Amino acid sequence: MRIDTCYFCSSKMYPGHGMHFVRNDCKVFKFCRSKCMKAFKKKKNPRKVRWTKAYRKIVGKELSVDPAFEFEKRRNTPIKYDREFWQKSLEAIKRIEEIKNKRQETFIMQRLRKGRELEQKRDIHEVQRDMSLIKSPATGLREKLMLEQEVIEEIHESDNEMELIPEEN
Amino acid sequence: MPMYNFKKITVVPTAKDMINIMLSKTQRKTPTVIHKHYKISRIRSFYMRKVRFTQQNFHERLSLIIQEFPKLENVHPFYADLMNTLYDKDHYKIALGQINQARHLIDNVGKEYVRLLKFGDSLYRCKLLKKAALGRMVTIMKKQASNLVYLEQIRQHLSRLPTIDPYTRTVILCGFPNVGKSSFLNKITRADVEVHSYAFTTKSLYVGHTDYKYLRWQIIDTPGVLDHPLEERNIIEMQAITALAHLRAAILYFIDVSERCGYSIEQQIKLYENIKPLFMNKPLMVVCNKTDIVPLSELSQENKEALSIFEKHSVPILSMSTMTDEGIMEVKQTACDSLLTYRIENKVHAKKIDNILNRLHLAVPQERDGKERPPFIPEKVIEKRQHENLLTIKRILEKELEEQLGDDYILDLKKNYDLSDEYKYDKIPEFWEGHNVADFIDPAIFKKLEELEQEEKLREEAGFYSVPKLEIDETLMEIRSLARKIRERKSIMRQESRIVKQSCKPVIPRTAPARVRERSVSNFRNKMEDLGVSMEGTDNAHFTRTRGRVRSLSVSSGKSRSASRPVKKIKIDMENRSASRSQSRPPRNESGIKDIIMKNKLKKVAHKAIAKKVKKQGLKGEADRFIGVKKPKHLFSGKRGIGKTSRR
Repeated sequence: MRIDTCYFCSSKMYPGHGMHFVRNDCKVFKFCRSKCMKAFKKKKNPRKVRWTKAYRKIVGKELSVDPAFEFEKRRNTPIKYDREFWQKSLEAIKRIEEIKNKRQETFIMQRLRKGRELEQKRDIHEVQRDMSLIKSPATGLREKLMLEQEVIEEIHESDNEMELIPEEN
Repeated sequence: MPMYNFKKITVVPTAKDMINIMLSKTQRKTPTVIHKHYKISRIRSFYMRKVRFTQQNFHERLSLIIQEFPKLENVHPFYADLMNTLYDKDHYKIALGQINQARHLIDNVGKEYVRLLKFGDSLYRCKLLKKAALGRMVTIMKKQASNLVYLEQIRQHLSRLPTIDPYTRTVILCGFPNVGKSSFLNKITRADVEVHSYAFTTKSLYVGHTDYKYLRWQIIDTPGVLDHPLEERNIIEMQAITALAHLRAAILYFIDVSERCGYSIEQQIKLYENIKPLFMNKPLMVVCNKTDIVPLSELSQENKEALSIFEKHSVPILSMSTMTDEGIMEVKQTACDSLLTYRIENKVHAKKIDNILNRLHLAVPQERDGKERPPFIPEKVIEKRQHENLLTIKRILEKELEEQLGDDYILDLKKNYDLSDEYKYDKIPEFWEGHNVADFIDPAIFKKLEELEQEEKLREEAGFYSVPKLEIDETLMEIRSLARKIRERKSIMRQESRIVKQSCKPVIPRTAPARVRERSVSNFRNKMEDLGVSMEGTDNAHFTRTRGRVRSLSVSSGKSRSASRPVKKIKIDMENRSASRSQSRPPRNESGIKDIIMKNKLKKVAHKAIAKKVKKQGLKGEADRFIGVKKPKHLFSGKRGIGKTSRR
């Protein structure tokens, strides 16, 4: 038994699931669900359909080339069973998967980071250019003017007082 | 060497049939219409033809019979003798001779009457002559009736004779009746000869074929022979005698040791002595049959002595039993071998041997040196051969195991795995978290993993994974929220402008309200306040001084706009209308009308006025039948493929 990958969307197909299509040249196409089967029948190219793994890898949404991918492969050379080797291999598989997942995650994170940076830049630009749409440049001009006038008046008054006080005194 | 096949002789018809055939043939194959006014030469030739034709047909048919029946002089003496015994040579010869004579006579009759016909002077006479000729021919044939019947019988018998080839390798079985000749034939060949417990079950010759040394052997089973002088022998016995006399074959003389056949061993030996001349110059064997009842060793002294005669004549004695199949193959082989050597010897002595020897060459390679060159057999093979018997330990099959254990048996295929015993029953993991374990299994996996780990280490050291987080401080947060607000504002503006753009088009129905201008003092105020400008103390500002639509009313203020409207419109729901909605011009049938009551009244008046006019002048009114277009183009032009003239 084997966990196959879907021909169209590259998802995993557990035993007892999915459909097989055998073309008249003996090539076997495996599909995880009717959605994939239908897409295939419509002659859709999985590399051009956005929801497939193939598309995501091709357009650089996901990590596609990495030595960590070289481990899991269908090899057609039979190897005799050896318990120790199998045990060690299982440990190795865990480690490999760990590294692989880490790399894939970082790849995605780095890709997304660029977007954030751009977003910030755009925000700043927007605010610099179109601030007037939400806040008039004339805001507070009048108050300022009024304040200035008051200050001047006060000064005048105080001057008068200053002049007056000595008089009173 | 001619092959004798008597099966192809054509059927001999009886005299009556023969006559019918011939006469009807003449009728069919010669012209039938003749008239007396015809030329006499024509009439003559007409009848001459008939006579000649009949004579020819008779001639042909009779010669065919004579030709096809074998002539005793020409066939192999065996067949000649056989036919003599079966059908009587004299009778046979006379019958054929008479047929021959009849043929001759018919020829003569024909000739004679043809000659007479030459002198026939009328149709009638010619006809009589022809009739006479055919009549005489028929009479001759009628006389041959018995001969024809006899020949037909012979033909039938001949066709059923076994096809014996007198020249091939032949083995003849002979002896007293009921000694087991036929059962021996049945054993060694595929012939299916009747076998019964009474004497003379076999009444004629039977032939079977068998294979030995890749050659075909003819075995002839003869009827039993009794011990009396030749003259007294009956036809059945004589057949056996002819076969013995004329065929150059190996002869098996059967003796019933048990004496169950009704004849003592002595009698059987006596018969042997009597017919011994027939066995001259032929390989001969004595076969003691039925040894299952009395084995040779248990014979009485007298009989043993009697049998010892054969040893004196150096005739081999074989023993066998057709019941138990014992010794049958040995008998067959010795008989065949002795015949083969006999035939080869004969050939060597014959004249033709030189011809054959010239063509033969036996190549014998000369020896190069005295060295021995035995075939090479590897030591291992020799060793194996020696130990073969010792080492044959029988494998216990699964089936046997099942039988042994019964219900406790469990099919265990894993025990045959080519693995060390401790691994055999391991459960090998197939899947791990959605991965096929088998896909990872690779002799180089650890090496590759090590490389990967090193790379990983380098990456970590280089800070590949320690991506600094984007730090967002307060100002940035503020900027972001501001930017969001700006975007919202923008989108609203965009939508508004889109609406405005749509409503810029000219309004087609006059009744539809025109676009409202949103530029107003209050609006302006609100907007500016939103933007953060304080609008205090602007009651008397310059922008509050709006201009009214009607020049005469321009004095009134912006607040009392509804009051400043012109009064030309019906006051239907003025109160409900919002002040902001603009008022377009009223439709023409409503202009100048004060209210709904007035409108209704006017409607009635108008209606009456029209009706009056129509009545008075006989004009076409609303209720009249109206046909818009008398002959619509689309109904009357073109072909009427689909639909009718009234409706399409």
